Amino acid sequence: MSARRILGPFNRVEGDLEVHVEADERRVTAAWVNSPLYRGFEQILHGKTPQDALVYTPRICGICSVSQSVAAARALADAAGVAMTPNGELATALVLAAENLADHLTHFYLFFMPDFARPAYAGRPWHPEIAERFRAQSGSAAPEALRARAEFLHLTALLAGKWPHSLALQPGGTTCPVEAAGKAQLLTLLGSFQRFLEHHLFGERLEAIAELDSESALRRWHRDHPESDFGRFLGIAEDLGLDRLGRAHDRFMSYGAYPIEGRPLFPAGTWQAGDAIPLDEAAIREDISHSWLNGPAEPRHPFEGSTLPAAEADGGYSWCKAPRLQGQPMEVGALARQQVAGHPLVRDLVEGSGGNVRNRVVARLLELALVLPAMQEWAARLRPGEPFCNAFRLPDEGHGQGLVEAARGSLGHWLRIHRGRILNYQIIAPTTWNFSPRDRAEVPGPLEQALAGTPVDDAALGELRIQHVIRSFDPCMVCTVH
Amino acid sequence: MNPSAPFRVLWLQSGGCGGCSMSLLNAEQPDLLAALEIHGIELLWHPSLSEAGGDAFLDLIESIEQGRQPLDALCLEGSVMRGPAGSGRFHRLAGSGRPMMEVVSALARRARHVLAIGSCAAFGGITAAGDNPGEACGLQYEGATPGGLLGGDWRDPQGLPVINVAGCPTHPAWVLDTLAQLARGELGAERLDALARPRDYTDHLVHHGCPRNEYYEYKASAERPSDLGCMMEHLGCLGTQARADCNIRPWNGSGSCLRGGHACINCTAPGFEEPGHPFTETPKIAGIPVGLPTDMPKAWFVALASLSKAATPRRLKINAVADHIRVTPGQRGEDES
Repeated sequence: MSARRILGPFNRVEGDLEVHVEADERRVTAAWVNSPLYRGFEQILHGKTPQDALVYTPRICGICSVSQSVAAARALADAAGVAMTPNGELATALVLAAENLADHLTHFYLFFMPDFARPAYAGRPWHPEIAERFRAQSGSAAPEALRARAEFLHLTALLAGKWPHSLALQPGGTTCPVEAAGKAQLLTLLGSFQRFLEHHLFGERLEAIAELDSESALRRWHRDHPESDFGRFLGIAEDLGLDRLGRAHDRFMSYGAYPIEGRPLFPAGTWQAGDAIPLDEAAIREDISHSWLNGPAEPRHPFEGSTLPAAEADGGYSWCKAPRLQGQPMEVGALARQQVAGHPLVRDLVEGSGGNVRNRVVARLLELALVLPAMQEWAARLRPGEPFCNAFRLPDEGHGQGLVEAARGSLGHWLRIHRGRILNYQIIAPTTWNFSPRDRAEVPGPLEQALAGTPVDDAALGELRIQHVIRSFDPCMVCTVH
Repeated sequence: MNPSAPFRVLWLQSGGCGGCSMSLLNAEQPDLLAALEIHGIELLWHPSLSEAGGDAFLDLIESIEQGRQPLDALCLEGSVMRGPAGSGRFHRLAGSGRPMMEVVSALARRARHVLAIGSCAAFGGITAAGDNPGEACGLQYEGATPGGLLGGDWRDPQGLPVINVAGCPTHPAWVLDTLAQLARGELGAERLDALARPRDYTDHLVHHGCPRNEYYEYKASAERPSDLGCMMEHLGCLGTQARADCNIRPWNGSGSCLRGGHACINCTAPGFEEPGHPFTETPKIAGIPVGLPTDMPKAWFVALASLSKAATPRRLKINAVADHIRVTPGQRGEDES
């Protein structure tokens, strides 16, 4: 006997989310994910001066603001045929990484962990300690994390003026050169954030986290470090079986992250059916068969795409489109990025249990340990006195694409310019991939798939498990539909 | 002072980006949670911070609407979404099916104060740009015109209009200072400007404290992004007209748009989202910027600009179009670094 329920709103996700689940007495049997807010950025951008995308698109999202800026800047750079100066490239990577790492931190401390402090877990042996540490608003961790995050984001003041919503990230580099003292200040901030991560999150040197190379190595590490916040999470994950919760299609995609001198820190690619397969961006299509949108039934590449809202569209249940790569839904985010990049720990975790709640969280924290040292290297390579920004000229006719890895996964902008104005601007955000509705073949999106099978034998625990699955993707709903 | 009864705040998001909340989390000295506690401010619910979601949240909304749960301040972040065709269906509150605009107006009737957090909630903002496909508006304004969701005549039980903590995003201190004054019962109508924005920050111009002021004085102008000169003449900077204290009380420790080398786009003003020209190009007539510094008579501006341009020191002329200091103060001769 199945019953259908509407769940939502969900807090501690960015933006508005509604989920319909069908469940029998034991498990969720099917789920439908609805993004209930539509704003119309793609319509707003139509007819604008192309470089004004640098003002509008970051304001799609206050938590992925820099990612949106960088995607827009890359799309414009692609259209203009301009490259960044070496300093501009380093500064852009630093600002983007600052946002991405701050988001990972925010997700762990403010959005994800507070669920384990909830009364439904009061019987678990770890609950008293976790509640003291992570309870929403009153736990001891939140003020520490907020202070570390706010100080770390000072980096954006030095390199981009402010966060969120900066105009410093340009097609040819950045508008905010740093002098020698500024460079020293950047290294100070990075070192201070490293201390927070090592003292509070990991209780361990970052190198040791970055070098973990298998699930058994992670187990051993956990045995020796149960007292760090990461260790606390691993203990909960083991007790609650979070590695058996929230598995999606195990198809992963990454556009590649932080290119410096032509080489990304994390390469682009996909992982499908147990194999690494190169990314063919031209094979992306957006399907609107279950969206409240009008348009051609045949899925379109975003260069050819359109966004025409229709609240009454037949078969629609979300404002979100269903992006597909070669017809397949793809999971994006830190886990996908590290799986594609071939980090041995992530590869081993995915080999063992696929994409799931535990592995998504582990990959996010692993990235904190991997990216911060890279940021220190980038900052050290800045050359005060040399240019930060190349000038550029946009063509009157042209097109460009900007691909970037935001904290929560692959973000793409596709721009067409006609008579010096934006003819078409299409955006596919990470959560558009992860929280996509079904496509015309009725294939569910990654979250919809991940929710199926969630045990709901106990109502209160079942609802929490559903929330763990949802939050494990670190969704950003304002980006999803924009 | 820690008032004996908590000041209860409900924070909702609608047609916006969440950036004002993200900015609020940047609060420092002390952190956000400490600042709220010090002023006796209790968040009944905030989308990024609260434990309860789903049914517990919907129950809270209902008990406020029915008057069982007192509400001292309703904060709305993001525009009111009226579309499509006035139905409000572009944003329905998840789990309830109700148009968010209906929920917001019901709660506003119960709140002792209503705050629009950010330019979207105040005036419509970015979400109302272009042809305004979402039919977005502010709580009490549609652009610069009184109206919006609640109507221009709406007042809270204390006689205050919707308090427009405008900005895109808002500075964390603008929000916290305003809430703290409301919690103390010390924010009167005289502390709001003509657009109901807190005068704490709108009595200032972004120009105040701009580190590029010497370039401005001598009209030594930046020509390209990353140049050090004044960005008013060519790069679209509206800092001499924009109402905010961004360069007095910086962002993220030490920053601001101008300190970041990019134009002020006047994001605290209604209609900033549609300037009528590319954001980072200054519109000019006969070579003279169309927008003049606030309170500056045009004839004087033209006269002083041409005079100061004639008097521009060589140091400023050179540095204005460089991306690092090439000539230092007091430096003589031709050597440049």
